[in-house]
Amino acid sequence: MTVSTADRPLLEVRGLAMHFPISEGIVLSRKVGEVKAVDGIDFAIGRGETLGLVGESGCGKTTTGRCILRLERPTAGQILFDGQDVSGLSSRELVGLRRRMQVIFQDPYSSLNPRMKVGDIVAEPIKVHGVERNPARRRTRVDELLSMCGLDPKFADRYPHEMSGGQRQRVGIARALALEPEFIVCDEAVSALDVSIQAQVVNLLEDLRERLGLTYLFIAHDLSVVRHLCQRVAVMYLGRIVEMAASDELFDHPLHPYTQALLSAVPIPDPRVEAGRAFRPPRGEVPSPINPPTGCVFHPRCPVAVEACKQTRPKLRELRPGHWVACDEVH
Amino acid sequence: MPPLLEVKELHTEFRTGAGLVRAVDGVSYTVEHGETVAVVGESGSGKSVGALSILRLIADPPGRITSGEILFDGRDLLSLSEPEMRKVRGRDIGMVFQEPMTSLNPVLTIGRQITETLEEHQGADRGTAERRALELLEMVGIADPRRRLRQYPHQLSGGMRQRVMIAIALACNPKLIIADEPTTALDVTIQAQILELMKSLTRKLGVAQIIITHNLGVVARYASRVNVMYAGRIVEAGPAEAIYHRPRHPYTMALLRSVPRLDRPRQARLDPVEGQPPDLTRLDGGCAFRPRCRFAVERCGETRPALEATSDAGHLAACFRSAELAAEEVAA
Ligand SMILES: Nc1ncnc2c1ncn2[C@@H]1O[C@H](COP(=O)(O)OP(=O)(O)OP(=O)(O)O)[C@@H](O)[C@H]1O
Ligand SMILES: Nc1ncnc2c1ncn2[C@@H]1O[C@H](COP(=O)(O)OP(=O)(O)OP(=O)(O)O)[C@@H](O)[C@H]1O
Ligand code: SF4
Ligand SMILES: [Mg+2]
Ligand SMILES: [Mg+2]
Repeated sequence: MTVSTADRPLLEVRGLAMHFPISEGIVLSRKVGEVKAVDGIDFAIGRGETLGLVGESGCGKTTTGRCILRLERPTAGQILFDGQDVSGLSSRELVGLRRRMQVIFQDPYSSLNPRMKVGDIVAEPIKVHGVERNPARRRTRVDELLSMCGLDPKFADRYPHEMSGGQRQRVGIARALALEPEFIVCDEAVSALDVSIQAQVVNLLEDLRERLGLTYLFIAHDLSVVRHLCQRVAVMYLGRIVEMAASDELFDHPLHPYTQALLSAVPIPDPRVEAGRAFRPPRGEVPSPINPPTGCVFHPRCPVAVEACKQTRPKLRELRPGHWVACDEVH
Repeated sequence: MPPLLEVKELHTEFRTGAGLVRAVDGVSYTVEHGETVAVVGESGSGKSVGALSILRLIADPPGRITSGEILFDGRDLLSLSEPEMRKVRGRDIGMVFQEPMTSLNPVLTIGRQITETLEEHQGADRGTAERRALELLEMVGIADPRRRLRQYPHQLSGGMRQRVMIAIALACNPKLIIADEPTTALDVTIQAQILELMKSLTRKLGVAQIIITHNLGVVARYASRVNVMYAGRIVEAGPAEAIYHRPRHPYTMALLRSVPRLDRPRQARLDPVEGQPPDLTRLDGGCAFRPRCRFAVERCGETRPALEATSDAGHLAACFRSAELAAEEVAA
């Protein structure tokens, strides 16, 4: 089958796994086990699309993002970026890729070098990649990037600590855009921001997506922000994707018991709605990815688990068009 | 019955390199026995400093409580000696902070941290304290409590550590718990478990709570009354239902509009609070929200509006135009 470039997803992940070894001993360290941080996941993201990645702490969201960016070398699986498998590329071969993929981190405080002025922070990737060697033109480019992110170019002369959290996050975005990437991993990019500023940055990410045709992997724990920003959403649990669907479909008709528990735990900012809502937070805590449960990894906490759930690992099935679920108890 | 806590005209300042920061700038409110009051507001608006001031945990220098009264159970906490104050902390008022890792002692077992509190505040002997510690861990839903008592904080998950903090806060049967972002570092599901736990325990034991949080959903689910802070002052206060459905201050209105909601159709665009948070060292004599306010008029630049009653019972707002906003006469 031949697929034209236009229809081909920008990113396709197949059977991705990242197992971190656990070692014991300092001198003669030996492997005593492994953390199955990501344990065989498949998904694709189309050009200009935003895929949300949600799930409890430690379920492997950041690791997934780091593997795609090739900040980790995955244990298994393929990562097809624009048709090319990048999972095994050497660091030399990765140089070109680095320009096309960028990341925006959670913490606007620690991800910016406190001793550098904002202008130099944004200019750095342009300099390192030798994109623009002329300092005056580089400065113009930095001004452009800052304005595009809603910052007055005069901020170029400030230090990060002289700015607010929302302004610092805009600097992080301007830096990510400096090399005109096609794909950006937003890892909790708005989570640390004040509610009043969060909406500003979400709008900015949307504007940039439209204007520059960007594709995002949007990792976040705030489900209402994810629903707002993403066209499709994947729900992870203990290293696996348990459900994936178009955003409206997922939030209106969650099928996996874990997704249902997760959604019912989200409080709605309205006392009248909350007063009339019976809810039951999921029991227990996420088990360790070192010794994941057999069968369906959710079975120890699942309200509808049957004996078979302890034995066989359910596969992702397409229950409705575009709606994938890894649970054999939903039909 | 007089309120359990009455804060009157509290002022707390910090001397910083950039100038004087009036972190808490004339704050007054009450907390009744057994009720849950939420404090919400902009980052840096004085929520934490306000709470730490009640406990007199402001480091001097750079900070200082410059004036006000904090009447707790009939006594002014600001006039107590430090040893008397130490008895209030942990015994009469329990505390739960955002990052349990920094508030728990990393080199003491969980069990020891609980028994220490009990021995210090209630003069309990070792045996009694240990039995009570076990009971407390069971009460906060920690499985296998006997084993957990012998473990250190780093051996517990974030959710379990927060449960331990709640157990310690409840250890001496306090009348009030102050929780500053108690679940911000936790997952939605663990957050829901912890908050349900706090709600049921405080109901059962009749403990009042002050919960500081950014999460407007959490407030809607758990608080009976809400204080909204901006730039060191309470700009709106009242029953939760009134604050959410009839906000009378432009900041509250903008804040509520800015959060996307799972129970409503997806909006085309979010509606943020425009502009930047205020620089507390550069406040002028006018309303601190003025530079971001859609309703600002000339008068707003001249004096700071006081927190005054609105037409709603128990609902206060600090805005010159709140009556107009209520009547929806305002041309936006
Ligand atoms: N370099 C590493 N070595 C060993 N284990 C790791 C490493 N990086 C991550 N892990 C483990 O892999 C699992 C997945 O971690 P990851 O950071 O991807 O989770 P996450 O979903 O991003 O969580 P959070 O929501 O807390 O950011 C965790 O159990 C984590 O402890
Ligand atoms: N030790 C300190 N030295 C100087 N200024 C301080 C100190 N502690 C707090 N402040 C200032 O006091 C003001 C109020 O801070 P506070 O921590 O109460 O804010 P907050 O409302 O709790 O914010 P957040 O939501 O971010 O926790 C801020 O402007 C802060 O910068
Ligand atoms: S007093 Fe004036 S500036 Fe302040 S909130 Fe009211 S209308 Fe806006
Ligand atoms: Mg992460
Ligand atoms: Mg605070």
